[in-house]
Amino acid sequence: MIIYHPILGPRDAQEFVYLGDAGLIDRPDGMTAGVKAFHDYLYNRDNPAGEHRELWYHEQGDRSWLVVTRDTVTHEITKVELARDVARARGRAK
Amino acid sequence: MTQSHRIVGGQIDRTKTLSFTFDGLPYQGHPGDTLASALLANGVRLMGRSFKYHRPRGPISSGSEEPNALVELRSGGRQEPNTRATVAELYDGLTANSQNRWPSLRFDAMGINDKLSTFFAAGFYYKTFMWPKSFWEKLYEPIIRRAAGLGSVTREEDPDDYDKGFLHCDLLVIGAGPTGLMAALTAGRAGKRVILTDEDFRMGGRLNAETFAVGDAPGADWAAATVAELLVGAFDHGIYSAVERVSDHLPTPAAGKPRQILWRLYTGKAILAGGATERPIAFENNDRPGIMIAGALRAYANRWGVKVGERVAVFTNNDDGLRTAKDLQAKGVDVVAVIDSRQGGDLLPGIRHLQGAEVIDTAGKLGLTSITIRHANGRSETVAVDALGVSGGWNPNVNIHSHHRSRPVYDASIAAFVPGQDGPPGLLVAGAAAGQMSTHDALKTGRDAALAALDLGTAPDLPQAEGAPIRITPLWHVAHGKGRAWIDQQNDVTVKDVKLAKQENFTSVEHLKRYTTLGMATDQGKTGNVIGLAIMAELTGRSIPETGTTIYRPPYTPVALGALAGRSRGTEFKPFRLTPSHQWAKEQGAVFVEVGNWLRTQWVPKAGETEWRQSVDREVLATRKSVGICDVTTLGKIDIQGTDAGAFLDRVYANTFSTLAVGKCRYGLMLREDGIVFDDGTTARMGENEYVMTTTTANAVTVFRHLEFCRQCLWPEMDVQLISTTEAWAQFSVAGPNARNLLAKIVDQDISDTAFPYMGAGNITVGGGLRARLFRISFSGELAYEIAVPTRYGDALLREMLAKGAEFDPIIYGTEALGVMRIEKGHVAGGELNGQSTALNMGLGKMVSKKKDSIGMVLSQREGLTDENGYRLVGVKPVDLHAKLTAGSHFLEKGAAPVAANDVGWLTSKVYSPHLGCDIALGYLKAGDKKIGQRMRIVNLLAGLDTEVEIISPHMFDPEGERLRG
Repeated sequence: MIIYHPILGPRDAQEFVYLGDAGLIDRPDGMTAGVKAFHDYLYNRDNPAGEHRELWYHEQGDRSWLVVTRDTVTHEITKVELARDVARARGRAK
Repeated sequence: MTQSHRIVGGQIDRTKTLSFTFDGLPYQGHPGDTLASALLANGVRLMGRSFKYHRPRGPISSGSEEPNALVELRSGGRQEPNTRATVAELYDGLTANSQNRWPSLRFDAMGINDKLSTFFAAGFYYKTFMWPKSFWEKLYEPIIRRAAGLGSVTREEDPDDYDKGFLHCDLLVIGAGPTGLMAALTAGRAGKRVILTDEDFRMGGRLNAETFAVGDAPGADWAAATVAELLVGAFDHGIYSAVERVSDHLPTPAAGKPRQILWRLYTGKAILAGGATERPIAFENNDRPGIMIAGALRAYANRWGVKVGERVAVFTNNDDGLRTAKDLQAKGVDVVAVIDSRQGGDLLPGIRHLQGAEVIDTAGKLGLTSITIRHANGRSETVAVDALGVSGGWNPNVNIHSHHRSRPVYDASIAAFVPGQDGPPGLLVAGAAAGQMSTHDALKTGRDAALAALDLGTAPDLPQAEGAPIRITPLWHVAHGKGRAWIDQQNDVTVKDVKLAKQENFTSVEHLKRYTTLGMATDQGKTGNVIGLAIMAELTGRSIPETGTTIYRPPYTPVALGALAGRSRGTEFKPFRLTPSHQWAKEQGAVFVEVGNWLRTQWVPKAGETEWRQSVDREVLATRKSVGICDVTTLGKIDIQGTDAGAFLDRVYANTFSTLAVGKCRYGLMLREDGIVFDDGTTARMGENEYVMTTTTANAVTVFRHLEFCRQCLWPEMDVQLISTTEAWAQFSVAGPNARNLLAKIVDQDISDTAFPYMGAGNITVGGGLRARLFRISFSGELAYEIAVPTRYGDALLREMLAKGAEFDPIIYGTEALGVMRIEKGHVAGGELNGQSTALNMGLGKMVSKKKDSIGMVLSQREGLTDENGYRLVGVKPVDLHAKLTAGSHFLEKGAAPVAANDVGWLTSKVYSPHLGCDIALGYLKAGDKKIGQRMRIVNLLAGLDTEVEIISPHMFDPEGERLRG
């Protein structure tokens, strides 16, 4: 596969490490959320046959975490964003 | 031997003669020959024995679809089993041997299997060798594997190199027949970067095997030979892989050249011009040497100047079979009869053309001697022939188009499957691979595909070429008699086996494949699959489209494991890293151990030490007595800077770091989000906004990745920057009562206990100005420091410490002594940090602060992880001090039966402690913290151990920690 890195352009998927569902960005606050919320956050994921937003890490590159929108059936990649931008857009700060 | 079957013409260089051997006998051929064509030229038809029945077999094809003529090529380390003689390019000195026969190819003792064929039908193994269960692995399978099989693997190392390479292009053309050449020509003339691949060593595809012209020139001349590559498969996003056979046509690769290169091809567009493969027709005893697909007879005559037999017949259901008969006759071969299953149409002039007839049986023990024909009127006739060409039609080579699971669709007009709609994006199909069977259509669709793929405006003119339509009336198998009619010759699958599969309700093609093995092994059913599924369709009353094909997967043809491995073998299997003290350690004859990618010193033997324990015990005792030095460069080091660095560390560590004073360090425990311990290490605060974290050697990369995830994805507004400095600093642990005395001779600053107290950290200089870092931390339990200098000074620092500190008799200790000392102190490491254990299990539960949010804090409080009677880290020593312990042994109460239900824990790490004079161990024991002082057993059924032990505190040496604060 080839991932179009927002900064570095087309890069071979071999340079990346895969993590999983981009929902991992939405970590609950440990001081207010309980075990149930963290359990859902960590273990309950959708497993779609189709569009999937997922985290990839450019380990053999610039160390950016990316959110890649990929079709799990065809492997077509329709969008690649910096995970930091996605996190900010979802209201994450400090 | 003479080349008795050589006829005129062909694309071989008759001015040169190549010598080769097959099964030890010498033969001759010419450049341009394959091993198969050269053997056939010498009158050799018998080239192998079949997989199951050990039937005598010869080649049925002239290409990569070959199921029968598999040989062991070359010898020694270069021996290559299961090589198709039909694609192996002949070279001078080639040696090949037949396989799956004993004692010889002509007399094979296992031929008895053929007589017992009733017992060897599909499903035989599954039904027969089921009981008793334990017999399968030990008895049945080895016997079956010996009796049924392909070639043997050499036990020697392959002496040749294999490389990997990467190429980029605008257009990848797969197949260099008329379609592919026209596509490449079209794109190339438009200035595009084109990669043309073909599995043959001569470009041109079928043009090399035909007599007709392209434009004014013979087809073969129109195609020029260039490179030989075989395309392996289509992957995602325009990535394809291909193997270039750089040196397979040579006895040994030229100096510095690899045998093969595995190319990864990146392309915007690709055109599949893979042509088509002729399929046979199944009839009784259709597997004798001398019986081939008709196009192969034609190819051997036209391309290689070889007649397969003296008296030849052709059995066909389509016009292409007639072309074979005409070409052979034109070459002067005696064509005895053409058996045409169709009725009507023009009769071939000057040839005995029998319409509405079928071949129903054959004879000939080691090669064809006669065929039996059933005429249209039902009369039978036996005709003496020594070669028979069979044409059941042509299957487009759709494989690569289907590597993304696209299902091919059935085209009744050519009685074959053509590519479906949903192939890999950017891949167009043209020519015979798309069902366009004539040369004219091949050229036209090849050109048009290139125009469409690259959006080109101008097209080269098409040369004139034949445009004859396919006329075919499907005939899959001849219904006659009770004998066996082969579909898949490689796996010995017959029409009967398909009937049996149907009878047992394995009617889906995927089940048919698994039940009968149809289409497995090296040829992947290129000649047999469609016949098999068509017969299944006939038996079940379903149509061929309803029956469908199995899934196609890469590789298209077999790939040597060497090509997939490339340079990644032996010491180059993965990169390895050397510590700054490696050169010194090597000079001392140190023993090294792989730790991740690192080679670390395991111990450093001294003269007279014959056993590793002598060295390790000495290193431990010397360190605890005076001073020892250990290279700890391999630990991960991460510089963490920014105004939020402290707050960031509070989030990623279970304990608190923002409160750490500048110039101090602290042990940190890092959890995964699921509450399990991830890693540990000390982190020092070097400045207000600057920390240096250390990680374990094993987790250096994954911790860094995790920290970047936390920084970028969880808290993107934190002002914190990370950089790995593992490689930047050479770091040594200096431990023992004389550690400070030794370092005082090196370090420029005052490092007295007051100036540099326990858990102190700071920037210093050594040797009169070299920048360095000092940390007063201890893994060994001794008064200890870790000193770091820029990596390139590591070797010099080590030598300087040994020289300046000579009066203290410093020793270098390795990972074994390190392990002994940390276990004596009850520090956790690999065996305890096993990815399943919590801080509570390790006796570190209080380190997890609930006053702040940190990764893993919430889930570490889960019910299942907070059981007060759960596993706890304990120390263990045997009651009988001479008894041995082994890591991995399990805890049992005294008197409990050694069964899993009574298992209450296990030993994680074990060493011999020279201070305590016995084996000691760490382990996880249920409610272990309440069992200190009690006696238990440790049981290891594998090692036959059942030993009484005492449960003790994990802090087995200097439990009060007086030494390290000294």
